[in-house]
Amino acid sequence: MSRRQIQITYRLCWTLALLILAVPFVFPFLWMISGGFKSTTEIFGSPTLIPRVWRFENFAEVFTYQPFARQYFNSLYIAGAVTVLTLFIASLAGYALARIRFAGAGLLMLLLVTALMVPEEVTIIPNFFMVRWAGLVDTHWPLILLPTFGPQGVMATFLMRQFFLALPKELEDAGKMDGLSRFGVWWKIAIPMSRPALAAVAIITFLHSWNLFLEPLIFLSSLEKFTLPLALTNFNDSYGLPLWNLQLAATSLAVVPILVIYLIAQRQIMESFALSGVKG
Amino acid sequence: MMEGWLFVSPTLIGFLVFFLGPLLAVVYYSMTEWNLLTQQATFVGLRNFENALLENPDFWLVVRNSVIFAIGLVPLNMALALLLALALSRPFLGVVFFRTIFFAPVVTSAIAWAIVWKFMLQGEGGAVNQMLSWIGIDGPNWLRQPSWAMAAVIVTRVIKMVGLNMIIYIAALQSIPRDYEEAALLEGASRWQIFRMITWPMLAPTTLIIMVLTTIGSFKVFDHIYQMTGGGPENGTLVLAFYIYQQAFKFFNVGYASALALIMFVIVMILTLVQVMIRQRGAE
Repeated sequence: MSRRQIQITYRLCWTLALLILAVPFVFPFLWMISGGFKSTTEIFGSPTLIPRVWRFENFAEVFTYQPFARQYFNSLYIAGAVTVLTLFIASLAGYALARIRFAGAGLLMLLLVTALMVPEEVTIIPNFFMVRWAGLVDTHWPLILLPTFGPQGVMATFLMRQFFLALPKELEDAGKMDGLSRFGVWWKIAIPMSRPALAAVAIITFLHSWNLFLEPLIFLSSLEKFTLPLALTNFNDSYGLPLWNLQLAATSLAVVPILVIYLIAQRQIMESFALSGVKG
Repeated sequence: MMEGWLFVSPTLIGFLVFFLGPLLAVVYYSMTEWNLLTQQATFVGLRNFENALLENPDFWLVVRNSVIFAIGLVPLNMALALLLALALSRPFLGVVFFRTIFFAPVVTSAIAWAIVWKFMLQGEGGAVNQMLSWIGIDGPNWLRQPSWAMAAVIVTRVIKMVGLNMIIYIAALQSIPRDYEEAALLEGASRWQIFRMITWPMLAPTTLIIMVLTTIGSFKVFDHIYQMTGGGPENGTLVLAFYIYQQAFKFFNVGYASALALIMFVIVMILTLVQVMIRQRGAE
């Protein structure tokens, strides 16, 4: 074989190996969607990827079995609120830590770093009592406040700080010459220039809140207040056994829109996560 | 001066209210006997720690399970992530396609992922056993046997999370200057030699970060256990985070659960420090 042929064979073997490796990554999604269309009898019969009978009713039943539309909306607005709040607070603090010299900033950084190291499981018990004391159990407040001010929020602060450190100082000086206050410089100059960082923080914050499970599990008890991940675990019959076809249909409804957005913006989304892994 | 504090005040207040306060509270709780039903907290000193470390056999079972989980997950996750990153760090036809696929489970909720895999791992009629039967293997009822259940949760968790480490490794690989490698190639170095002498050492800081993050992540695993096995069968997948949740919010042993939470905190801290120190010594 010529050198070129060897290279092509080599490449083909690699691609084939990757394709085989990709099966457990892709197949679950296909199997989930397919299962969502099947009847219970077909689910437990000998399985095929294409349903023999397409039961579109499953998807309608998901909405009558529990207030799924409401739960969908809950997830959406909570994740939206967490994202907006986090962007605001984290970029304020990140800016101060990067650009304003003030006594105690070093100590504050150190404290925030420890916060990153402490698992949520450690603080969730006292947080539960605090939320109960404030009368906010079975409301969405803890689901908005805890992620915003927890380790995820701290990570957002560090990401923003990292980005602000790299912004050219001259622009700020020009802003100050024009008579802008600190707040004005932050809002009118620093924020508009940090769009890539804000987008990255928004993406990981939104997904974190959207997929959050422990907090909803602990704080929520009424069905119409559930968020999606909690609702998904709730398609069971009266014996507590899963109603697989409904559960899979609901899971498809929850996962597919996120996957579509991911496929459209995959580059940006992957970059955001890489950033958070390296600098967080 | 004041400006700085003004800017960080929301973060600082949140930090005190939702983090530092609770951390101090959990230290106090851990020294009380507190049953939620009686609403009475009695100070018992280190009784809960004694109970966990010396008396309650559950605790060591749980620690053992968590360690098994980490030992199974971390090397598998990191090796696969590095392999994928090496394969996908250079542009070729289809590279974006593969990266997108291997990363897709990362953006998917852990609960959804666990639901689908639980469905696929059923003993009879499960897709995994169906496929195994094509090649003549009679698969077990994965999530009903303690040893298989742990392995199944580990593998599904690795598939879910490996894309994240892959992406971090790809970013690190792409930041290694090509000159080194080209120079080595000119001198007749093999691919393995290049990896061993250039790529691997240059990836060391990234490997450290990934190792720390992945180990901590493995000690925090909760959603997967909750949905796939509920700690069963026969407590075979009862890991620390799930056990804390159970003790606090199912059995209402608040004092005991708080003591466990503090132990978890210490384990995570020690792991982080040990790994950082090992690396620093290696770098000298």
